[in-house]
Amino acid sequence: MSFLSVENLSLRIRGDGARLLRSVTLAVRPGEVMGLVGESGAGKSMIGKAILGILPRAVELSGGRIVLEGQDLGTLPAAERRRVIGAKAALIPQDPLTALNPSRRIGPQITDRLVDILGWDRARAEARAADLLAEVQIPQPARVMRSYPHELSGGMRQRVLIASAFAAEPKLIVADEPTTALDVTVQKQILRLIRQMQERHGTALLFVTHDLGVVSKVCQNLTVLYAGAVVERATVGAFFAGPAHPYSRALLAATPKYTDPTGSLTPVPEAVVAAVRAEVVAMDEAEDG
Amino acid sequence: MLRAVVLRLVTTAITLIGVAVIVFVVIRVVPGNPIALMLPPGATEEDVARLTALYGLDKSLPAQFLIWVQGVVQGDFGTSITARQPVLDLVLGRLPATLELSVMALVIACLLGGVAALTGTRRRDTKVEGAIDVANGMALSVPDFLWGLILILAFGVLIPVFHISGRVTPSLDLPFATNFYLFESLLRLRFDLWADIVSHMFLPALALAIPLAAIIGQLLKQSLKETMHLDYVTLSRTKGYGENHVILREALPNAVLPTLTLVGVQFTFLIGGTVIIERLFSYEGLGNMAIDAVINRDLPLIQGIVILFAVIFTAVNLIVDLTYAALNPRLRHGG
Amino acid sequence: MAVEGIDGRGRVRRRAGMRLWLSGLWLALVALVALLAPWIAPKDPLMQDLFLGRMPPFWTPGAEPGFWLGTDSLGRDVLSRIIHGARVAMTVALVAGTITALIGATLGLMAGFLRGWVDLVISRMIDIWMAFPPVLFSILLIAVLGPGLTSIIIAIVVIDWTRFARVVRAEAMAQGAMDYVASARVAGRGRIGTMLVEIGPNVLPTIAVLLTLEMGIAVIVEAILSFVNLSISTDDPTWGGMIAEGRASVHQAWWVLVFPLVTLFLTVLAFSQLGEGLKDRFDPVLR
Repeated sequence: MSFLSVENLSLRIRGDGARLLRSVTLAVRPGEVMGLVGESGAGKSMIGKAILGILPRAVELSGGRIVLEGQDLGTLPAAERRRVIGAKAALIPQDPLTALNPSRRIGPQITDRLVDILGWDRARAEARAADLLAEVQIPQPARVMRSYPHELSGGMRQRVLIASAFAAEPKLIVADEPTTALDVTVQKQILRLIRQMQERHGTALLFVTHDLGVVSKVCQNLTVLYAGAVVERATVGAFFAGPAHPYSRALLAATPKYTDPTGSLTPVPEAVVAAVRAEVVAMDEAEDG
Repeated sequence: MLRAVVLRLVTTAITLIGVAVIVFVVIRVVPGNPIALMLPPGATEEDVARLTALYGLDKSLPAQFLIWVQGVVQGDFGTSITARQPVLDLVLGRLPATLELSVMALVIACLLGGVAALTGTRRRDTKVEGAIDVANGMALSVPDFLWGLILILAFGVLIPVFHISGRVTPSLDLPFATNFYLFESLLRLRFDLWADIVSHMFLPALALAIPLAAIIGQLLKQSLKETMHLDYVTLSRTKGYGENHVILREALPNAVLPTLTLVGVQFTFLIGGTVIIERLFSYEGLGNMAIDAVINRDLPLIQGIVILFAVIFTAVNLIVDLTYAALNPRLRHGG
Repeated sequence: MAVEGIDGRGRVRRRAGMRLWLSGLWLALVALVALLAPWIAPKDPLMQDLFLGRMPPFWTPGAEPGFWLGTDSLGRDVLSRIIHGARVAMTVALVAGTITALIGATLGLMAGFLRGWVDLVISRMIDIWMAFPPVLFSILLIAVLGPGLTSIIIAIVVIDWTRFARVVRAEAMAQGAMDYVASARVAGRGRIGTMLVEIGPNVLPTIAVLLTLEMGIAVIVEAILSFVNLSISTDDPTWGGMIAEGRASVHQAWWVLVFPLVTLFLTVLAFSQLGEGLKDRFDPVLR
């Protein structure tokens, strides 16, 4: 039923064993937009990296499994797993300035997956890339495909990366803080674009962000992470109406309201943090015991 | 852009003039009269004076320098005292041998260094990378001269698979029109000769290549490893590409650029190293001729060779800068 | 990535420590041997005996007792010559290295801190020096100065001062831009005073590393000059001279080449490893 399901996923640092994720369970249905929210260091990016098979070398999977369209990724041999991920999922990265290879032209960076991994012929892949570039409202797609990344602005590059993510019609896209590195004005356009593309292509979207304001605009459901553990799952409507978990409530209070960005902020109270931490420690003990 | 080019040419000219002046002054304070060495024992004072005048050695230093510069401008580098031939002919005759040796060494260094860097990156944070680091450190600590001696012992004496002196087996009949033996033997499809020449050149070229290979290996590996953490490499992994592809296509082209400029300077060191390596392997190139010229006090010849080396050094640096500009898309498109 | 360094670091540090110790130990040994050469050398290094020419080392059949590492073509004891050769090598390393460091570092400090025309002149000189093939330059200088230990030392200083000048200049420029220098100037210290008192101590670690590396280079340069027969007189034992002789008779008597070569190799390697080890230990700037 769900396209992606992450079951009891635990990650730790190789060697010293520090926990990054504690038994995280998460499901994304086809076409669903799921927000993954937490402070920096909460482990939200690690979930995306684990799904896409790009965990840093120092991080190891210590438990749980990731199932993509019924296929348990952990059971596949490495090369096959990469191929499956490449065909079914894609990433919209955080920083458009560093996510395009400076020494390769734009065109091949969009078409390479189609040609090398999915076996399309080059002409068809190039036509597809041009269509997608037009779809993300890039003028003169043919010219852009021949240019190098440094010739494009940050907003343009993020559009290219969005087009590239949709190239293979993936069923799941992980967007890892895709607007954090952009200007506020560009941010809005890019968010709208991601949402439009997602609706048009019916792609499931896992939207990783620390910004609840962004979540309220883009997502249908959200999962709140704290210290590598899920503290709340809710629909966006229910969450903003009244979060169930004390940490979520504190987080919401600490977020500038998008209707009233000048409003006063309340930092997450110490007591709440202490309570959540105790909860997490209890989880660790349960796991270790 | 034009300003930069002009500035570059001016500094290059100053450097070359500086080299010329220093050599000129240094070799003219050499004790021992080269003219006296040239003449048979029974020569008179007048004979010495006549020859001294013939070579212009009786004039003042600045006057001699001006005469020399005038000649150089017209392509006349003077006449060798020992060989009694124009310096330019002698030097250009030997230049191909040294060029072939240097280029072969450069190719070997790039291959060895490249393989070391790629292997080290592919197997990073493992024992293999550690072993490559140790080998690189060793190769870098010991200069070409010692590597040459070690290679002579190992592959010339212990397991004699290569020749250790000369450029070609003397008994062979050489049909060559130029002094680019290695290149010309290929063009003439004389693979027997080519093999013989390679067998002579391989050890000296390898000795020259080892330190440079270590530098390339270290710099490129470091550069590759830094690149491997960048977002576009990670993005490429999510597309379904494996480690080899990611290293070769995404990381390598970007990692090569910062390595290149440093390799340029190091290549001039390699060319400087040919002097002693040619001596060590009795290879008939410029360096070997230079040492003979110094021993024989052949002033015009020494001067010509040193100037030629300086020209090669500056030319290499210029070529490296141009290559860098050509390879870097950011500079290529005037961005 | 910070996490990746965690388990790697300890291992690297330990290996670097051992490298420092082994190099230091070997160099101390060579220095000691050089000091005590006349007392510990089993034979007179100059004594020739044509009847004992090319005797192989002790473990091979036909070896002559008392000549542990064999003899060269003139019947001179290889071991004794290596021991005496250490004197030349160590003298050149210490004297040439130190003088080169003093002159090069001073010029580099002046260029990097005083800037202006001083920098212009020194930088241009460095450029000119970089356009010389160093080996050819040294051979040329020896031809001018005549053979001998002093000539070798002068040649090394004349050629290699740029190694120090280049690095120290760059570092003096970097240090000169820092706040502590500005505050020293504000506090009323003169330019030269600032250079010596404020900048000088901060470039010392760099100079120490370069000096160690330079000593290795000096040993090699001496060997190369001996090899082309331009070092000190041909009879006096030097490693380079022994190597030149060994190279000529390598097919008849390998030991004449191998033993001095191994000694030279280890010494050069030790200086270099010591320098690299010191660099890792206390100089983040050079890394």
